[in-house]
Amino acid sequence: MTHLRRRELPPLLRAIHDPPARLYLRGSGEGTLLGQPAVAIVGARACSPYGAQVARMLGRDLAAAGVVVVSGLARGIDGEAHRGALETDGRTVAVLGCGIDRDYPAAHTTLAQLICERSLIVSEYESGVEPAPWRFPARNRIIAGLCAATIVVEARERSGALITADFALDEGREVFAVPGEITSALSAGTNALLRLGATPLTAAADVLESLGIQSPPGRAAHDNPILDLLPATADELVRKTGLAVGEVIAALAELDVAGLAAEGDGIYRRLA
Amino acid sequence: MLARAVTFALVGLEPRRVEVEAHIQGGAPSLTIVGLADRACQEAKQRVRSGILSAELDFPGGRVTVNLAPAELKKEGSGFDLPIALALLAASHQLPRARLAEHASCGELALDGRLRRVGGVLAVAEGARRDDLERIVCPYEACAEAALAGVEPVGVRHLSDAVAYLRGELEPPEFVVGNGKARRRPLDLADVRGQERGRRALELAAAGRHNLLLGGPPGTGKTMLARRLPGILPPLEEEQALEVTRIHSVAGLVDPDHPLIGYAPFRAPHHSASTAAIVGGGPRLRPGEASLAHRGVLLLDELAEFQRPALEALRQPLEDGELVVARAAGSVRFPARFQLVGTMNLCPCGARGDPGAQCSCSAQRLARYRDKLSRALLDRFDLVVTVPRARALELQAGPGEASDPVRARVVGARLRLADCTPKRTAAADELLTRAVERLPLSGRGRAKVAGVARTIAALAASDAVLPEHIAEALAYRAPTELATP
Repeated sequence: MTHLRRRELPPLLRAIHDPPARLYLRGSGEGTLLGQPAVAIVGARACSPYGAQVARMLGRDLAAAGVVVVSGLARGIDGEAHRGALETDGRTVAVLGCGIDRDYPAAHTTLAQLICERSLIVSEYESGVEPAPWRFPARNRIIAGLCAATIVVEARERSGALITADFALDEGREVFAVPGEITSALSAGTNALLRLGATPLTAAADVLESLGIQSPPGRAAHDNPILDLLPATADELVRKTGLAVGEVIAALAELDVAGLAAEGDGIYRRLA
Repeated sequence: MLARAVTFALVGLEPRRVEVEAHIQGGAPSLTIVGLADRACQEAKQRVRSGILSAELDFPGGRVTVNLAPAELKKEGSGFDLPIALALLAASHQLPRARLAEHASCGELALDGRLRRVGGVLAVAEGARRDDLERIVCPYEACAEAALAGVEPVGVRHLSDAVAYLRGELEPPEFVVGNGKARRRPLDLADVRGQERGRRALELAAAGRHNLLLGGPPGTGKTMLARRLPGILPPLEEEQALEVTRIHSVAGLVDPDHPLIGYAPFRAPHHSASTAAIVGGGPRLRPGEASLAHRGVLLLDELAEFQRPALEALRQPLEDGELVVARAAGSVRFPARFQLVGTMNLCPCGARGDPGAQCSCSAQRLARYRDKLSRALLDRFDLVVTVPRARALELQAGPGEASDPVRARVVGARLRLADCTPKRTAAADELLTRAVERLPLSGRGRAKVAGVARTIAALAASDAVLPEHIAEALAYRAPTELATP
């Protein structure tokens, strides 16, 4: 099992006030991957379909621009961010809160394998260390420490994702928050961050701009008028457009295949 | 003195010939029944004795032995009362033995000698026909059911009528098929306001016999939609109707006046149902809900609340169209070619997907809820639709399209699908290939999308499967969020 000693750590991580003594690595990626421009995408485990779609979109767009997407392999936002990055064959790093040999949570075993094949999984804990509640906040300081910027997609009022944001702020890194509905408990944490002065995030380009990275040319715009009516349920679109239900559903599915819209719990949303 | 009556025991749905032999010899008065008779069958002793005395006939004195042959076949239920009584009476010279041997018989005796209906008369009558017995003596109410098998029923209301008939003193009474209400009017789709997408999915399910899963927060009309599926299904063909009636007859669920079930049956077991209740079996090897829904609809309301073994047991009939219930003594086949309709909330608390409510489920709880449905079972649903909460505006709207025109379209599409299956155009093929690459779609998933697209094309009266049909079919595939937590 390879590991990096403290003086071998990437400069950003070494700069935090309590860098890990060792960082264990697993996967095909080189250790130098950790020194490249990276952005953390974190958020709630029990996220809404909106949060899941935003996380996946950000993971995809940032990875497509060459940024390393860092997250914690947890359910919900974390997993979606990793998946988004893998979708475009981009690079993504998962930071574990348990021993380097463990795939936690078990539901993400396949995802962990995919990350290993293309990128890296890292942890400050040696093989065999069990996951425990107090290890996750410590893990979050590494996530924030590896990255020039941290994006919080969805977070409840007292959420682990906010701990990550706190670490990032303490180290003077950029913190972005995705605005959510003010009535949704899942957005209470992110909206509170915005009130405290975090930068609102509306597209991956916002982050790339702050890192000084050129955003890749946008995909061909789709001229489908339905796209402008989203978010909406299929039933609402039938009434708004006056088209037959079959035609509306077919149009939505084509947008889905083209990666421009996705369904979550019956509601279609734009992805770009 | 020895006499024989003929009846049939059921092994699953199959009738097996049973000869009821009665033998009387001198000795202290007694009545013994041998030949693997179960409790209900052993209790026939008391009913037969009272029945014969009530009919003002003589109960034979001496040692009476009744043998149900073949002895190794298990006999269950009260349908053996009448053949046992008739064999006893023939053995004691109260009716002609030769004439009795030409008839099949079945029915339960009341203590006053009247006859009561039993389940499975259709199967017994079919056995009689197979063995070239032209008439079956049965309770009067079961005449219409027995006549379906093509044998002549002799309907009797009382044991004394049966004896009079066999003595040649009474002609079999005419039976009339009652003209009461045949079937409760099925629920009509006109009651559903809004829900265009759900209605569309229901129509596709009916036209293509696809399995349908409706998800969504509580109170949005999932169950309401599902219960209206039977109303848009075409009536059964003659052969299918007989098949369905046979199963329902064994379960004792046949309407005496209108025994033939000419419409698609609809079964909706509660989610506390055991595996045996759903797939059939139990000590008496009865058909379960899955078989009762043969050629019809099996609705599992609140799918994720069912016991997992009960759900997994449905995978075999969904694949093969029949259930094989194996016991140490042998196995029994029940046909079970049903259409599965499931409804479920999107999370255990039910708030997920409802913009007006806050979901309080933790990630683990959500994962456990969705783990209830294995990937394998979820894969069996061709159409997966999320039913969102209807807005107040929709609920105020006028009634939706009624069931009748929808059923007409469904019948048309089925005829077209039976005639020739529409082929995919090159452009449709290209879209399907692109979708398989872009969305993680398994081999089975691809085949399902192609199948649903064929149904969509048939409903649109199109000769070929066009790209828009593939696109619509793609929208009904299982969303990843339902499959992987």
